Amino acid sequence: MLPKLVEVDGLRKSFGPVEVLKGVSLTARQGDVLALIGGSGSGKSTLLRCLNLLEMPNGGRLVVNGEEVAIRHDRHNRPMLADRRQLARIRSGVGMVFQSFNLWPHLTVLQNVMEAPIHVMGEKRAEATEHAMSLLERVGLTEKRDVYPGFLSGGQQQRVAIARALAIRPRLLLFDEPTSALDPELVGEVLKVIRGLADEGRTMILVTHEMRFARDVASHVCFLRGGVIEEEGPPRELFSNPQTAACRQFIGTHLAH
Amino acid sequence: MNFSWFLPNLGLLLQGLECTILLIAVSGTLGIVLAIGVALGRMSRSRVVSSTFGLYTSVIRGTPLLVQIYILYYGLGSAFAALPWLRWGPLWPYLRNGFWYVALTLVLSNAAYWGELIRSGMRAIPPGELEAASAFGMGRILTLRRIWLPRTLRNLLPALAGETVMLMKATALASTVAVTDLLGAADIVRAQTFHVYEPLLLVAIVYLLLTYGIESVYGRVERGKVLRPGR
Repeated sequence: MLPKLVEVDGLRKSFGPVEVLKGVSLTARQGDVLALIGGSGSGKSTLLRCLNLLEMPNGGRLVVNGEEVAIRHDRHNRPMLADRRQLARIRSGVGMVFQSFNLWPHLTVLQNVMEAPIHVMGEKRAEATEHAMSLLERVGLTEKRDVYPGFLSGGQQQRVAIARALAIRPRLLLFDEPTSALDPELVGEVLKVIRGLADEGRTMILVTHEMRFARDVASHVCFLRGGVIEEEGPPRELFSNPQTAACRQFIGTHLAH
Repeated sequence: MNFSWFLPNLGLLLQGLECTILLIAVSGTLGIVLAIGVALGRMSRSRVVSSTFGLYTSVIRGTPLLVQIYILYYGLGSAFAALPWLRWGPLWPYLRNGFWYVALTLVLSNAAYWGELIRSGMRAIPPGELEAASAFGMGRILTLRRIWLPRTLRNLLPALAGETVMLMKATALASTVAVTDLLGAADIVRAQTFHVYEPLLLVAIVYLLLTYGIESVYGRVERGKVLRPGR
């Protein structure tokens, strides 16, 4: 058995009085590709954002890259890290790709990719440049190295964002609806890159509305509804034979078009 | 029109010009540094800190600049003069010079006006960009230094160009507390030569040229590193 990179057990997260995650459990072993699917408000993005602590869970157990996240509560009962240094450690091992790309517009493509390696990881410039160029080559954007993100198409921007996420040499990659902000004709080029990453055995967790893509690429699919994982399993089983009515309906409407 | 006074007084006028440029440079540079502090203070999560900076902003923006210069120059100045260790100390040549009182007033004033400008600019940066920085392990100070402030200041360049021109014009108030800035120098010439009109015309033109200089410097910075419009 390959080692577990992510272990989530009974994870809970509230925003004010609204409980968004009501006890979620999942495991990702090295090389797994997990797809989180579900309707809007089901908690799938929040779950993903808890994994690199962009959201601090209120309760439950969370292990990322083999490190258990220690959470305590302040006097207002707000969750926070017991050890703030853990934040940098966790995040330096987790690359994230956002729905709206979130590239830094005042930096060129190359600078975007090199920013974290140089300023967070302390890599040497020459080394970081070489690595960044190899990543841009793999997403097919070497010739755009000195261009500002504003000049790129959405698909190109998202491919830069993927290169940026790979630049920190993460053990785990998170994708938060990576194609939802794209024009339909640009979705393919981004999915192709993600598929390539899956093929080389990277551990990935992605929130997606691309059901066909989830079916073809994921090793495991979780269907979230109302803050819990209502159904999960290998994509072939879950998509061809969903057990719950809600999952059946969700898959029906999303695979239809 | 008679410009016979010009050459004999050229040295004095250049001195005045130098003083004006120095005032702009000192109070512009320190002002923007302090303004960033004011902006951050106003956005502090601590109610005490944010309302303290809010009060500061209201007080500075709610009183005329000339009154502030007078309060600092006459008020602080005479308070300093009453302290023997200052009055007879090594710093006195500076403390009795109106230049530093005007510079200080302009710094405080810029910090308040520009602080609000910078705060609004910082809030206009899409949160996702800052979230990305934090997701890649950048701490608050690194994010501020590498992403948030560079983005904000570049967006604000056109507004800051205008603010710097306003600052330049405000420096003319220095002449009211016996500082020989550009206008102060012209006033001396006017008093000594009885040409009351022509020197004013000259300094008006010089101020105009300074404005042009300031705008072209900002324009260069903006064109060189400008944020290209997003798609």
